[in-house]
Amino acid sequence: MAEVLPAEGLLATSWLLIALPLAGAAVLLLGGRRTDRWGHLLGTGTVVAAFLLAVLCTVRLADVEGRSVDVDLFTFISTGELDVRAGLLYDPLSAVFVLLITGVGALIHVYSIGYMAHDPARRRFFAYLNLFVAAMLLLVLGNSYVALYVGWEGVGLASYLLIAFWYTRPGAATAAKKAFIMNRVGDVGLALAIFVMFAQLGTTSYEGVFGAVGTLAGGTVTALGLLLLLGACGKSGQFPLQAWLPDAMEGPTPVSALIHAATMVTAGVYLIARSAPIYDLSETARTVVMAVGALTLLIGAIAGCAFDDIKKVLAYSTVSQIGYMFLAVGLGPAGYVAALAHLLAHGFFKAGLFLGAGSVMHAMHDQVDMRRFGGLWNKLPITFGTFGLGYLALIGFPFLSGFFTKDAIIEATLDRDDWLGWTTGGVAVLAAGLTAFYMTRLMLMTFFGRPRWEDGVHPHEAPPVMTVPMVALAVGSVFSGALLVAVFPLSDWLEPVFGEPEEAEHVIEPFIIGIALTVIMALGVLAAWLFVGRREVPVTAPVRVSPVTRAARNALYADTINESLFMRPGQWLTRALVWVDNRGVDGAVNGLAAGLGGSSSRLGRTQTGFVRTYALGMLGGAVLVAGALLAVTSG
Amino acid sequence: MSDFPFLVTMIAVPAVGAAVVAALPKGRELLARQLSLGVSLVVLVLAVLAAVAFDTGGERFQLTTSVAWIPDFGVEFALGVDGIALVMLLLVGLLVPLVIGASWEDGPGGTPEERPVRFFFAWLLLLEAMMVGVFAATDVFLFYVFFEAMLVPMYFLIGRFGGPRRQYAAVKFFLYSLVGGLVMLAAVIGLYVVSASELGEGTFAFDALRQLEIDPGVQKLLFLGFFVAFAIKAPLVPLHTWLPDSAAEVPIGGAVLLVGVLDKVGTFGFLRYCLPLFPDASRAFAPLVLVLAVVGVLYAALLAMGQSDMKRLVAYTSISHFGFIALGIFAFTTEAASGAVLYMVNHGIATGLLFLVVGMLIARGGSRQIGDYGGVAAQAPKLAAVFLVAGLASLALPGTNSFVSEFLVLLGSFPERLVYAILATVGIILAALYILLMYQRTMHGPARGVVAPAEGAGSPPGGTADGAGATAVLTAPARTAVRFHDLSVREIAVVAPLVVLIIVLGVQPQLLLDIIEPAVVATLDDLGATR
Repeated sequence: MAEVLPAEGLLATSWLLIALPLAGAAVLLLGGRRTDRWGHLLGTGTVVAAFLLAVLCTVRLADVEGRSVDVDLFTFISTGELDVRAGLLYDPLSAVFVLLITGVGALIHVYSIGYMAHDPARRRFFAYLNLFVAAMLLLVLGNSYVALYVGWEGVGLASYLLIAFWYTRPGAATAAKKAFIMNRVGDVGLALAIFVMFAQLGTTSYEGVFGAVGTLAGGTVTALGLLLLLGACGKSGQFPLQAWLPDAMEGPTPVSALIHAATMVTAGVYLIARSAPIYDLSETARTVVMAVGALTLLIGAIAGCAFDDIKKVLAYSTVSQIGYMFLAVGLGPAGYVAALAHLLAHGFFKAGLFLGAGSVMHAMHDQVDMRRFGGLWNKLPITFGTFGLGYLALIGFPFLSGFFTKDAIIEATLDRDDWLGWTTGGVAVLAAGLTAFYMTRLMLMTFFGRPRWEDGVHPHEAPPVMTVPMVALAVGSVFSGALLVAVFPLSDWLEPVFGEPEEAEHVIEPFIIGIALTVIMALGVLAAWLFVGRREVPVTAPVRVSPVTRAARNALYADTINESLFMRPGQWLTRALVWVDNRGVDGAVNGLAAGLGGSSSRLGRTQTGFVRTYALGMLGGAVLVAGALLAVTSG
Repeated sequence: MSDFPFLVTMIAVPAVGAAVVAALPKGRELLARQLSLGVSLVVLVLAVLAAVAFDTGGERFQLTTSVAWIPDFGVEFALGVDGIALVMLLLVGLLVPLVIGASWEDGPGGTPEERPVRFFFAWLLLLEAMMVGVFAATDVFLFYVFFEAMLVPMYFLIGRFGGPRRQYAAVKFFLYSLVGGLVMLAAVIGLYVVSASELGEGTFAFDALRQLEIDPGVQKLLFLGFFVAFAIKAPLVPLHTWLPDSAAEVPIGGAVLLVGVLDKVGTFGFLRYCLPLFPDASRAFAPLVLVLAVVGVLYAALLAMGQSDMKRLVAYTSISHFGFIALGIFAFTTEAASGAVLYMVNHGIATGLLFLVVGMLIARGGSRQIGDYGGVAAQAPKLAAVFLVAGLASLALPGTNSFVSEFLVLLGSFPERLVYAILATVGIILAALYILLMYQRTMHGPARGVVAPAEGAGSPPGGTADGAGATAVLTAPARTAVRFHDLSVREIAVVAPLVVLIIVLGVQPQLLLDIIEPAVVATLDDLGATR
């Protein structure tokens, strides 16, 4: 890692990045109805301002020696040997995330002005969205694992509030709770990792931990890696904690775009990339990361093929794409840059796809069932165009962003040239075909074929306040891959964090992989056309389907497994313990008490007698024990 | 300023105030309330001034006062505070005025003849005086006297002003306290006997007693005497079953003080008396205490999930939290013990707020059952927001005060007590479950049970359900659904200070840690070097 200098000038004020949206959230939440008229403008303004500041900061950072500065703020917790200072680390890695969060965040704030225009609680929505941006920036800017943890749970709270935004709907309330609980399971891993760091190294700051991690025993490093991975899996919806993310689609669609696609769910990738010095020392931990990534990207791709809810398909696609990122960070130095490039490109095209889905829902009276769409391409031309570009970018159409970034991950995986590389790489290639299939299916069912709209639906294009952000994200979807890989290589920018990019030895020539993946993509598209596009789409889902389809529709039974392994046994245990506590523990003590002083009711009636008994008992007991003690001490 | 007898004044003012309020003629309820609030605010100001006068780098015990009381037995009326006692006094000073504000319209149910308002407030003030005394005493006998005397006002708050099962709850409360008090008195006398045989003259002075070299076998007996009393008070599983009954039946203001402060006397006692006076026994019994602590964390959290009564649920969450505090104390590291003390304060604030909000909910709906509520957030968004803040503080979300203390307890116990710390960490999942389940069922979803569905916009003028009071009989079979009005100005004034403190202490915990740490270090020094 490069040396970290104290921040000066503009960079010393980078805490404003967090303070601005936080202040926005505070004003909107405390201001109440008085802020209804202009609340959305304030909320958007703070994030736009943060984005401009982030651009200026990044420009300044590029001139700093080592491109890494530390912003020391105040003592957070100091007692005993623990000394946690609140501070920020502005380096190439955090800078990339700050730009993504504030940039995409600003676009989605603008979009939400239109999307939430008719919601009576729009102000509250912008308050939560601001809160999210502040917490997410703290997550990526904090200079210690404790600061990261604070941001980590902060985004979890924002996510909870936004999933439950329409809280009168039981589905939304349940999904929010589920997301929080499953994230907490992951948080236990992160918390334990922090405890291990303190116990072994006496510090939780990045600088301190990474400086001394080499002195730890191999097993401890592996434990750290696995605990951090558990945290990452919770936040990023990775196996075995993936089941909350599709349910999170109960939240308003801009939330799905910003939090559950572009930024928060990629925090797990950030955590692992940030902890590179730890993972670099543990082959085992990296192998597990790769396995989790490969397994999840396959699960997500399979489930994505079966759902009819447009947002759920996109959600499983997100699960799957983050699986690709996990696979890449699991590769270690060979994969960090590839993972982050895919993360950024995904941030553009998936946010764009969700905003497009929101535009479709807007036009279709909040319908999400794709079986009720069809033939929308000429009714919603801008949505169709931007969504289409995002679609092409996602499936890896040649020279769009996904083509560069996903290929780079698969290349790097195969370049390992060992059983792990071939297995996980093979899975990734297969899933690339599935991705093309499910996304083409989505396109065909939504925009093509005969309209299957419900009565009274008259689709119309969204207003410019919504379409402009969609266009901006579509532009990003098209060009970001080429820009990050070829024009302004991300690897050069990130060099102070991950070191010089190594010249990879290719097992298979990259252009051959490129061609092969394009062929597989084309096969996926073709399959979708054969199975979906050629036929009439029934408005109700077929009931008699193969076991494979049924399993995919149930997302490979993740919820069923969670319920039968944890939820129901937990409920039984709780009920049993309540019984034991009321009968057993309490009963035993009550019986003892009754024997001691007569029945409770009699005692209750005669308080004077009760106090007398008490005084007598005290005296008797005291005499007894004092006598015993005298005997012991004198003896 | 440090010459001013803060501690004596802080006991005398509420004690005299209690007598005056009780002596007020009938029909002067408003005056009784105003007078009580005024008295408690004076105590708050005194507590803050005492904290200002306290020198964090100075002597261990400051603001000391001492007069001979029963010279024949070496008993002194000796008061003084270390950092631990000081933060507890601040908590007492803070909570009592808020509790009085929250109970303002608690017309205790039944006829005024049976449950006079002035007595309710008089008992609250007397309780405050006793609570100050128990934390400020530096003479073990004096501590014991306050420890026992404190029960009397609480007994009457439960037994006379409580819910339908108040008699049962009050007797149970007293029986448990009786057992604890008995064994502690025995140990106090035993300690006196030991001091007499070692020093030639018996004493109850804490500073003298902690320098005794007590035979390890005797230490164990004496430790158990104190420990059982404190473990009932704190309460640790399996001595906990009195608390849910008491907390459920006592009026909400009493519940705040019972769980927020009274129970902390137990954990305070562990730190002040068990560890410094009986270091060898503390170390010998530590594994046992840690098992009880961690079992309590998990067992009580699971039980909290299974409760249908909101007040009982909050009581069980507290038992789980007391497990964390006990873990922090008996891990014997500075970080964990500092965290435990901070936890004692933070828990008073967070759970105090949770009880207050639950009370406000019950005052509106007239039921303690979670299943009777649903969709409150749509009608009373401010109440729902405060409920959420209290809940998030209870589940120790970063950014709230409780996070820092829970984090310190776990982090500090991890190096020394690995398995216990890991098991307790799992408790944070359960905490999220019991809080969010209750929150979702009562606040989210469509209007249900006692919550009448909204009919169009516009809310009726406030003050419809508030007057019913949290003490009213709560299990009437058929309840009519009512429109829930949002928090009144008075209610906002009650909860706002706690909400602010939750955030401020979540970001700047060092404000309290700087006061706490020297006392914790001194306590662990008494114990012998940390392991």
